[in-house]
Parts: sequence; structure tokens; C-alpha cells
Amino acid sequence: MSDLEIQAGLGRSPRANRQHRPPRRFGVAEALAGLFTIFLVTAALFPALVAPGDPLGIDPLSAFQSPSPAHWFGTDESGRDIYTRVSHGTGSSLLIGTVATLIGLGLGLVLGTLAGMLGPIVDFTVNRFLEVLFAFPGLLLALLFILIFGPGVATATVAVGLATAPGYARIIRGQLLSVRSSAFVEAATVLGRSPGQILVRHILPNTLAPLFVLGTLGIGQAIVWASALSYLGLGAAPPAAEWGAMLSAGRTYIGSAWWMSFFPGLFIVLTAVSATALGRGIERRLRHA
Amino acid sequence: MAEVGRGTRVFRGALARLGGALFVLWMVATLTFFAIRLIPGDPAEAILGGPGSQTSPEALAAVRAEYGLDQPVLVQYLAQLARLATGDLGRSYSLNQDVAPLLIGQLGGTLLLAVLALGVAWLLALGLATWSTRGGRVAWSVGSGLEIVAAALPHFWLATALIVLFSVWLGWLPPISTPGVAGLVLPVLTLAVPLAGFLGQIMRESLLTALESPFVLSARARGESERGVRWVHSIRHAALPAISLSGWAFGSLISGAVVVETIFARPGLGRTLLNAVTVRDVPVVVGAVLIVAVGYILMTLLTDLAQRIADPRLRTR
Repeated sequence: MSDLEIQAGLGRSPRANRQHRPPRRFGVAEALAGLFTIFLVTAALFPALVAPGDPLGIDPLSAFQSPSPAHWFGTDESGRDIYTRVSHGTGSSLLIGTVATLIGLGLGLVLGTLAGMLGPIVDFTVNRFLEVLFAFPGLLLALLFILIFGPGVATATVAVGLATAPGYARIIRGQLLSVRSSAFVEAATVLGRSPGQILVRHILPNTLAPLFVLGTLGIGQAIVWASALSYLGLGAAPPAAEWGAMLSAGRTYIGSAWWMSFFPGLFIVLTAVSATALGRGIERRLRHA
Repeated sequence: MAEVGRGTRVFRGALARLGGALFVLWMVATLTFFAIRLIPGDPAEAILGGPGSQTSPEALAAVRAEYGLDQPVLVQYLAQLARLATGDLGRSYSLNQDVAPLLIGQLGGTLLLAVLALGVAWLLALGLATWSTRGGRVAWSVGSGLEIVAAALPHFWLATALIVLFSVWLGWLPPISTPGVAGLVLPVLTLAVPLAGFLGQIMRESLLTALESPFVLSARARGESERGVRWVHSIRHAALPAISLSGWAFGSLISGAVVVETIFARPGLGRTLLNAVTVRDVPVVVGAVLIVAVGYILMTLLTDLAQRIADPRLRTR
């Protein structure tokens, strides 16, 4: 299992029922998550729209101010406005999370498709390979990667992608196997369609929708992991307005200026929670569609 | 088919799993050996203090001969496997110390942290799962919301928040992990809460499935109390899938320990690993990764055996 497999709710019984599980009428959580996501995407694309100030603008006279109407999230040691910095950091944090997820999904798709489509020998080999990768749990694979290629934003992003790939691969393999044994694929085989045609026309479309859910859930996790690497000094470095790097910079002033660490972290948490809520919402709609 | 005794079947399954585990371990060692060769630069220079240091060609040649770096790759690989088999993890570049005793000395603190966190996480997750399946719609939503939020909490932020709350504002607990019990509370909580979020999601689902299963219906029909149904019959079934996650939980706790030990300045395997990555002390990183891999493989092996013994359905596979 990986973080993702748990988040994606694998192995949950589909018939677990109504008596103990209240039906959902409308999703307040999804609505809030959607609003926050709109805010994040706006901040990522047009940071000046949500925070007109300069994220690197130093103002030593107003250093270490606690949250106030003038500075919603307070200011840091150089008097830079934390709200402006957090908003302007959204772009890089989202980009890192998205790219890492795409790398993980891409690798997972390749490995999972190999295992799920090319017969038992390839399946066996890929599965052993995945078992080996799972023996480097969590951050370990990422740390090993950073040891080899050195710290930095790019390596940290690839490292997170790589570390999440085995989880994706296993989920995709399972999905492919269940689609492959379904009645419509059997029908297409009987009608004499070539394996390539079946893969492209029937199997991939039916695995893509769950992939979308996985990707949504995965972006939240990827942002948490990437910011952890930045926090540990292995990813983005200050004065970059990346969330993990901001938290790392605030660590020195934990006793006097809690807001320097609190707000960047809050954005990481809210992003991860929103991703989970949205992913779950999409999943539910797909399942009942 | 010849009738084979139950013990034999369990034994055979165990033997196959053991073989599989040894294979994975061998592949882990192989993968790390060849991955390390991708590091740009001359390993002999790294041993002598990095590319910036002024080293004479004689010194480099001496180091190459000493570490066998002048040998063909295959010879180096086999020598590495032979050394690993005897528990020799090499010598640290930066600490002038053998890696194996160094890491084993750090292991105790991390394991203590991990075991305590696992225990607390289980209690939190079980409590939340039972409470949220007993209440109505509100309890359900609150429970599921808490789990999602807990699972999304990054260790480094939770640690920071706990330090601000309990050390800076309330002054109850030390912000740095002191040797006593008080110094353990915040690190353990930091590790336990996100893990509880993940475990809770799994437990609640399996608790629901158990509550709807025929054996619970028959227990109810026999007139057992609601409490008996929950605590005697359902909890055990709810716990099974979460137990099968032990390997994953171990990995997640070790990853968390890297962060938590660094924040709370607590000696341990995680902090040693992070320091080694930062100064690119290759033997220490490889040693730590191998130790974690062995731990992970042992965990999965043990959970697998435990499940085989507990669940008759798995034995025939």
C-alpha cells in the first residue's frame, strides 16, 4: 500500500451501506474545496490579482508585525508581507506538485500498463520490481535520488514523482486487469479486434477516469512531500516564496513570530485537504454516473 | 490431491515468502549499488573531501586501491555484496567512523519513537472510527473530515504548531526533545496524528463492513448487547486491514522520523540520514536506506505470516 492507495480508498467494499452511512445530499466540503482551488489557480496564474504587493519588497521598518488589517498574515524578518509571499508562492508550489504528479502518473502508467497488458511473465517481473521500489518507503527513494543528483527544485520535483510512481503503477495495474477481464473487452476480442485497438479504444478510456481522480488526490500529497523536502533544505531555497521554503525560513523565529510558519503551512494543508475532497467528490460522481 | 497437513502448508508458504524477501533484499542492494555509480564525479575525490579539495594523484590512487575502486565494476559489486552479507556497511566519508555501528547506535531512538507513535495512532484511529460510526450523520461527517485533515497534515507544520502551542505559549513541554518522557510527547504526537488519519480511513470502512456482516446480525439475534457486538465482534475485523498496513506504516513513520528528529533535534536514524544526504556522505545514506529496507521487508513478512495464521482463507494461496 502507499499513501495514495489509502487515499484512493482501495479495497473499500462497494456495498458498505446505508444503515450506518448517511447518504450525501450535497457536498459542502466539495464546494469549499472548489472555491479554495479557484483562489489557488487565480493566485498561481495572476498573483497580482489576489495580492497586489511585491513578494520580495523589503521594508525593515515593519519587520515581525503580527497579523493585522494592513498585513493579514503578518510580516517576516525583512518586513515582507506574508500574505503576498504565500499568494505569490502558490504558482511554484502548484507547479512542483503538478509536475511531480505527472511524472509519477506517467511512470506508473508505463509500468502499470506493461504489467497489466503484456502477459504473466512481464507482470511477474514488473511486480517484483515494484516490490523492490516499495522497500524504499516514502521519502527514502526521494532522498536517495537527491543524494545522486544533488538538491534543488528540479531534482526534488523529480524525486517526489519517482517516489510516488510505484503506488500509481500498482493501482493502474489493478484497474487494467479488472477492465481487461470485463465483458465488453471479451466481446471486442471475440469480434476480432487487434490487441492494440482494444487497448486504445476500450481499455485506456476506462482507466483514464480513475486516473483523473488519482491525479487530483496525488497533487495534494505531492505538494506536501515536495514542501517537506524544501523544508529540509533539499528543494526550493529561501528567499524563494515556495511554501516549504517559507516555513523553513520561519523556523528560526518560531518563538517570536509564529505567523511566519503558520500561514504557509496552512496553505499546504488546505491545498492537500481540498485536493482530497475534490478527488473523492469526482470519484463518487464517476461511480454513480 | 494428496492431503497435506495444515502445518506443512503454512510452513511452505512461509518458506516461499522468505525466499521472496531475500530476493527483494538482494535487488535493493543491487539497485543502490548501481544507483550510486550515477553520482557525477570521482568517488575517490569524494572520499578525500569533495571535488574542491586539493588532492595529489598519489593520494587518489591510494584511495582507489584501498576501496577497490580500480577494480572492474563486477568485482566491486560482488565485493560489496560479500561485505553486506557480513554486515559491513563501509566507512563514513564525513564522520570517520564505521557505518554499521554508527547507524545501529541511532536505531534505538527512532524505533522507540516509531513504536510509541504507532500505538498512539492506533488508539486515536480506533477511537475516532468507533465514535463516528456510532453517531449519526454529523458524527460521520466530523469523523471523516478529521481523518482527511489529519492525513493531510505535514509533519513539519504539525510539529511547528505543537511547539508554538505547547512550548512557546503554554510552556508545558520542551521544544527540543530532551531525554525524559516530556521530551517524547510532542515528537510522538507529530508522528501519530497524520498516521491516525490514514489508519482511521481504513478502519472506519472495515468497521462498517463488519457491522453489516452476517456474523454481527447473528450476534445481535442472539441478544448480545450493542457494546458486545462492537467491541468483541466488529473491532477485530476492523483491525485486520489496518494490521496489513503495518509495512506501509513503518515506512511512513521512518519518513516522518527524518523530519521530526530534525525539528526536535533528537538523535536518531532519520536525522543521521538527512545530515548524510546534505553532506553527500554516500556510505551512511546507503547504509541507512538498506537498514530501512530490511526493516520494511521484515515488517511485511511478519504481517503476512500473522495474517496467514489468523486467516485460513489465505493459506491455500
